[in-house]
Amino acid sequence: MPNEPRPALIHARALTKRFGEMTAVDAIDFDVAPGEAFGFLGPNGAGKTSTMRMIGCVSPRSGGTLEVLGMDPDHDGPAIRARLGVIPQQDTLDMELTVQENLWIYARYFDLSYAEARERSKELLEFVQLQDRAKDEVQNLSGGMKRRLTIARGLINEPDLMLLDEPTTGLDPQARHLLWDRLYRLKQRGVTLVLTTHFMDEAEQLCDRLVVMDKATIVAQGSPRQLIERYATREVLELRFPQGVQETLNGKLDGLADRIEHLPDRLLLYTPDGDAAAAAVHDRGLAPESVLVRRSTLEDVFLRLTGRTLIE
Amino acid sequence: MAATMPRVTRWPAVRVFEHHVMVYRRTWRGSIVTSFLSPVLFLSAMGLGLGTLVDANNPGGIAGVTYLVFLAPGLLASSAMQTAAFESTYPIMSGMVWMKTYEAMVTSPIAPRSVVFGQLAWVATRLTIVASVFLGVMFAFGAATFPSALIAVPFAVLTGLAFAAPIQAFSATQKNDTNFNAIFRFGITPLFIFSGTFFPVTQLPIYLQPIAWLTPLYHGVALSRGAALGTLDLPTALIHIGVLIAFIAIGIAASLVTFRRRLVS
Repeated sequence: MPNEPRPALIHARALTKRFGEMTAVDAIDFDVAPGEAFGFLGPNGAGKTSTMRMIGCVSPRSGGTLEVLGMDPDHDGPAIRARLGVIPQQDTLDMELTVQENLWIYARYFDLSYAEARERSKELLEFVQLQDRAKDEVQNLSGGMKRRLTIARGLINEPDLMLLDEPTTGLDPQARHLLWDRLYRLKQRGVTLVLTTHFMDEAEQLCDRLVVMDKATIVAQGSPRQLIERYATREVLELRFPQGVQETLNGKLDGLADRIEHLPDRLLLYTPDGDAAAAAVHDRGLAPESVLVRRSTLEDVFLRLTGRTLIE
Repeated sequence: MAATMPRVTRWPAVRVFEHHVMVYRRTWRGSIVTSFLSPVLFLSAMGLGLGTLVDANNPGGIAGVTYLVFLAPGLLASSAMQTAAFESTYPIMSGMVWMKTYEAMVTSPIAPRSVVFGQLAWVATRLTIVASVFLGVMFAFGAATFPSALIAVPFAVLTGLAFAAPIQAFSATQKNDTNFNAIFRFGITPLFIFSGTFFPVTQLPIYLQPIAWLTPLYHGVALSRGAALGTLDLPTALIHIGVLIAFIAIGIAASLVTFRRRLVS
């Protein structure tokens, strides 16, 4: 039965989380299929972490339906968590233990024997390229290494589902690329990844499908390409004018693009053909300080949907 | 990645306990030295030094024994209290806030309830070590009789837990360690001084004595001293034990609530 639809690993309907008066997650719907990399993209405070914590069975929902691996977090928390790999936003490593001891004790939390724990730790430290640091204390590791160790720890129980909350926030570009590479390999092995991020390049690199969250709700969902096609044009023309000029342009750019966004420091002209639009700007006698034609990204989608940039 | 049969961890509190053991393996040497030096210093200074003065003025002794013999079992119970108070404040803050090791536990199949019991089991183990070393020093000073005084070890553990359980419940509600100083300054230290360790509670003004009875340390000292001097009778012992168990039970009930609120929200 090759085409039989596989049941969703996560199934959420009207999922809601309230903290007192504040609604952190407001009746959101989504499904995550086995083997996919699914992202929650949105600015800080959009409700991404609250959603992840509900999926991770460490935060009871306030309303709606939630099934994770076919079970209800309210009743089967330990059974669900036994099959999850969790990468929390902030490292929760034990600084008093060595790299390998952190993995060993975490393996014990999942009832693995010490023999299994040692064997898997060895494999996983190679996978995250920390095999040379096995006996070092965790507090001596760099931020990127700690993150990789956290990933290895999250894999110790061979999870069916990995939850990664802001996996690369705070890392330098090199460390981030190394981490992306490891996550991409996991995806190729068929591990289902669910991640939150406020980096649009991370979402584009890793996610097959994503939802854009803003102010506790989902404002759009689809693949990165679908979202860009639906909410942005193929290209963007970015114009920077000398200080004070941008405010005097009233109407002078009308008709040059499908849509124009006014950011404090630049203008974004959404158009199928950026070069043609740039030429037209010059034809109207305008002299921007800098002109950049680029492809649309999820950042543009977010701007269109919310009127704000992702990182403010 | 090949999925193994998922299994729910069978003895989650034991796994939490293992975590504490693994951390202790790296620090036990220093900890044992402290556990040994502390009674040696206290029994030398207070028991022998101060004791000589006290005994010179009390030919009949205090409660019929020398000051050293009177003091030592009280100090044993007090050191259990201090160990328990320390183990139930800063390590909890570390687990919840500084290193978040408890948060890491509850993302695995381990539930907050098991974190509570694993933590208490570990504190009980630490108390057993501290009390055993302390009693060993007491034997060496001739301040207790072997083997009858050995029963003081479980009494000391019970005394410590009567502090550990309520204090850890409180610690789990704290966002930083600023209030811990107050616990030590206005809780632990006054109890240490006034709960019958250094002098019988009957020396206190009559209206203060009922307050002493309400504190776990008073009952712990009474048990410990009764065990060391061989003066304990069963009904009295059961009352003291009952009070300590009540403190432990209330502390556990409170911990189950506060740990859950903190770790699962």
